[in-house]
Amino acid sequence: PIATSETFKLPFSLQAKMSRPVQARRLEGVDKNIWVEFVKLAATYSKVNLGQGFPDFPPPDFLKEAFVRALSGENHMLHQYTRAFGHPPLVKILAQFFGKLLGRDLDPMTNVMVTVGAYQALFCCFQAFIEEGDEVIIIEPFFDCYESMTKMAGGTPVFVPLRPKTPKDGKLMSSEDWKLDPAELASKFSERTKAIVLNSPNNPLGKVFSRGELELIADLCVKHDVLCISDEVYEWLVYDGKEHIRIASLPGMWDRTVIIGSAGKTFSATGWKVGWTMGPNRLLQHLRNVHQNSVYHCATIAQEAVAQGFQRELELYGKADSYFIQLPRELQQKRDWLVQSLDAVGMKPIIPEGTYFLVADISKFKSDIPDVPDSDEPYDSRFAKWMVKNKGLAAIPLSAFYSGAHKSIYNHFIRFCFAKEEATLKAANDILQKWKQEKTSP
Amino acid sequence: VEFTKVAADPSIVNLGQGLPDISPPSYVKEELAKAAAVDRLNQYTRGFGHPSLVKALSQVYERVCGRKIDPLTDILVTVGAYGSLFSTIQALIEEGDEVIIIEPFYDCYEPMVKMAGAKPVFIPLRYKHDGNSASSADWVLDPAELENKFNSKTKAIILNTPNNPIGKVFTREELQVIADLCIKHDTLCISDEVYEWMVYKGNKHIKIATLPGMWERTITIGSAGKTYSVTGWKLGWSIGPPNLIKHLQVVHQNTLYTCPTPLQEALAQAFWIDFKRMDDPDCYFYSLSRELESKRDRMAQLLQEAGLKPVIPDGGYFMIVDVSTLNVDLSDVDEKQPYDYKFVKWMIRSKKLSAIPLSAFCGPETKRQFEKYIRFCFIKKDSTLDAAEVILKNWNKQMA
Repeated sequence: PIATSETFKLPFSLQAKMSRPVQARRLEGVDKNIWVEFVKLAATYSKVNLGQGFPDFPPPDFLKEAFVRALSGENHMLHQYTRAFGHPPLVKILAQFFGKLLGRDLDPMTNVMVTVGAYQALFCCFQAFIEEGDEVIIIEPFFDCYESMTKMAGGTPVFVPLRPKTPKDGKLMSSEDWKLDPAELASKFSERTKAIVLNSPNNPLGKVFSRGELELIADLCVKHDVLCISDEVYEWLVYDGKEHIRIASLPGMWDRTVIIGSAGKTFSATGWKVGWTMGPNRLLQHLRNVHQNSVYHCATIAQEAVAQGFQRELELYGKADSYFIQLPRELQQKRDWLVQSLDAVGMKPIIPEGTYFLVADISKFKSDIPDVPDSDEPYDSRFAKWMVKNKGLAAIPLSAFYSGAHKSIYNHFIRFCFAKEEATLKAANDILQKWKQEKTSP
Repeated sequence: VEFTKVAADPSIVNLGQGLPDISPPSYVKEELAKAAAVDRLNQYTRGFGHPSLVKALSQVYERVCGRKIDPLTDILVTVGAYGSLFSTIQALIEEGDEVIIIEPFYDCYEPMVKMAGAKPVFIPLRYKHDGNSASSADWVLDPAELENKFNSKTKAIILNTPNNPIGKVFTREELQVIADLCIKHDTLCISDEVYEWMVYKGNKHIKIATLPGMWERTITIGSAGKTYSVTGWKLGWSIGPPNLIKHLQVVHQNTLYTCPTPLQEALAQAFWIDFKRMDDPDCYFYSLSRELESKRDRMAQLLQEAGLKPVIPDGGYFMIVDVSTLNVDLSDVDEKQPYDYKFVKWMIRSKKLSAIPLSAFCGPETKRQFEKYIRFCFIKKDSTLDAAEVILKNWNKQMA
């Protein structure tokens, strides 16, 4: 018999409702997202946005020009699907460029895969390698999605903190002063450990892991046969002559590491959402599997433009005109400017060795926003919200980068992004100066 | 993935993979150039969808659906309709669930359902006439057979209308049968409507979400790639009630977070241009459809003249063809593959013409039923169809 609506006796309102719980259990515990909330707050209240990590200056002209050439050129097929695992010109140049840096022959078809931003690269890694029963070591403070992606894949995050050592009297702290305790790190590895996530240069602290620190991690990976997911999106943003060392180049590591990179951070074009993974075929084949069942293709035009960007950088590598030399030079100046600005008003910045973020201690400003004992919300989060609403200055609380249990440990720090035009940084300074004056005058 | 490699050869006339070789409309490209020139539009935008795009989508679909659509809570922008399918399935489907898939189906539905840990349950469209099947409308679901596929474990049914590969446009009555079962069994409906604007004379695209009792349980998926002939932009969207969309948003914020900004802005502007002329026949949604209809008719004629039996699609830009009438003997090809796979490989090699075998779109039980069909894509420029014509006209000469 054919079912028809005439056979129903239920009132229509009951018929229509989807009555049972609909969502899949994999969404449990991953529904909260700090960015959704803070991006909204910044959009509503901020006059100066040093919160979410994106530049307020444009991508370089050569890149924008490449984009326009791609979209308006004779070859209109650039508006159609390209190769799913990466537009051929892009994977070829990435293989060439990074092959040189890694001292290794990379096959563009099997050792490189393009993704929708580094974010999707991370997603592919967790989905490909992590499942129920697996543990993933995450170094705190961490880019918040590592935890939720581990959970969504059914894995268990295991946290290990960077611990600050107090600087000498009078000196400002550096991100270098935040270190892993080797014994503590070793104790986190178990037979259930599937992977460790490394982010160097680190968001939010700006720490650039030294060779010694990377060797420590590498030794443990090799000893316990653990994978390394190496998030290197800020690889070009290193200051004071520091070197970004790729853990995959350490002995025993190429075969167990997936390197993640980002055109958004490399070329100041976060809105293009082009990222990539690199590694041995035995690992990339699983990433390709996840990719072809989730997103399949990435947008073509931006890939074409990024390929041209890298071609230029390959030719100018090490030369003064290289964007990879000019950008960190500019950003170092901005970093120093913001450091000075914050120090002058009594916020204590931790000088970052890399990235375009810096974290500052806001203890001196605590009196403005009284502590609420027994509050669920970490103090720095309430501070950041108050600051954007009342001072128009947006920043992100450091607790956003800690796991639930540890959010209240470092609750008097906030993170600023300094990839901003001079005018923006100056406006931030004006707000801070005014605030300080209000504090000191009766 | 397998067949796109073969067809990348420029000496082969590629009527296989579903992508246009016609240019997108010039205003679409212009809007992208304009967007890329704005500094802010090269940086991150709102995760769940660029504000001007979700606003434009809500306006267009409010008009089509005849109901209010909230741009912030009822819409999610994704990386292609593919990304919408993934977000929907990851959000709402899990181990223990069954998902009904109508055959032949766009091939990603099965692996996505499996990746979510659920069991795909197949039901074939069945050809209802004896003799010559002329139209996609001749392929129908058996209502009793469909009813039997529903049980307490059924979480969702995936509907694709207009259908890829057959081109069937489900009628209101057919949709009502599906809707009744969804309501009776408290099931979700995932409605893949990427070809929604490509319906030909005498047919109307109906959104199952507009049937009584269906809005609350349906996710409707659309595609910029198909709407504006820009498959390489990879932008799609899911539209539905907030209590479902919010779960898709959670998946999205844990998978890729945001979609590219300049593309979304350009798409928004293109939608405004066409929204303003939705009463005008020059609106791209209708003009593209008219252009495709004449390509469809030309393709059908060429195939018939070559002795093949095309199934004329009521919608979409694909046409399936019964190749068994040619009696090409492939028994010497020593492979366990279905006939249509062998036929396509033979056709690519010996005729330099590519298509997709229909058994790629079937579950394991039905491959025999569909293995005499191959799928052609006709959203191709005149010179491509001209080249296909040459091959098809010479086909019989070589066979003699």
